[in-house]
Amino acid sequence: MSEFVRNVRLWFAPERVRQEGGTPDYRFSLANERTFLAWLRTALALIGGGFAVDQFLPGLRWAWRVGLALALLGAGVLCALRAVNHYVRCERAMRRGEDLPASRFPAVLSLVVAVVAVAMVVVVVVGWAG
Amino acid sequence: MSTAGRDPGLQPERTRLAWRRTTLSAAVAAVLAVRTALRAGAPATAIVGCALCCALWLSFLWVAHHRIRALSAAVRPPALAPRHATAAALCAVAMAVCAVALLV
Repeated sequence: MSEFVRNVRLWFAPERVRQEGGTPDYRFSLANERTFLAWLRTALALIGGGFAVDQFLPGLRWAWRVGLALALLGAGVLCALRAVNHYVRCERAMRRGEDLPASRFPAVLSLVVAVVAVAMVVVVVVGWAG
Repeated sequence: MSTAGRDPGLQPERTRLAWRRTTLSAAVAAVLAVRTALRAGAPATAIVGCALCCALWLSFLWVAHHRIRALSAAVRPPALAPRHATAAALCAVAMAVCAVALLV
């Protein structure tokens, strides 16, 4: 957890990232930036999905609709925060010449999206039948 | 820009387009927020929520605009500052918070 807090401080302190190691090839930094943006798009898509569940499944019971929307919005928030954290960690690893950090977040996010998708299919099918 | 000073892999251009795509994704989320507010019959809280989402989109656009200018200004642009990355991500997080307020 203290590692995470230290990372959060780095989010706001670019000069402290720059103090360590050497500047990597700018193309690697740009690739890292594009990866960050791709994760941010994923986060925005999840947030858009949260809005969409509320708007395009109006026949759903309130609890289900809000529950699914909140699950997607929560995943979006986690994804956005993790995108910054991962960007900073990768940037620092590249400066220090270390291996890039491994992460189980992609697997967790895939599972959450799969669970929400299955729940949505079940809810919509049951809603039509009933 | 001269051909000699250009990156052969077009890295800055690709990064610039990635910022554009991400701004577009944020715009989609903001439009959905406006639609939610309109469908709810536009009560005061919904209008405040959707105005906030539009303002957040504008701030994201501002961050993206600055970064795009930095990318096109130099042949070897500096790395994205973590502060700007945080600002962009916080726009997305704040949009999600507005969404929760609009939906619940």
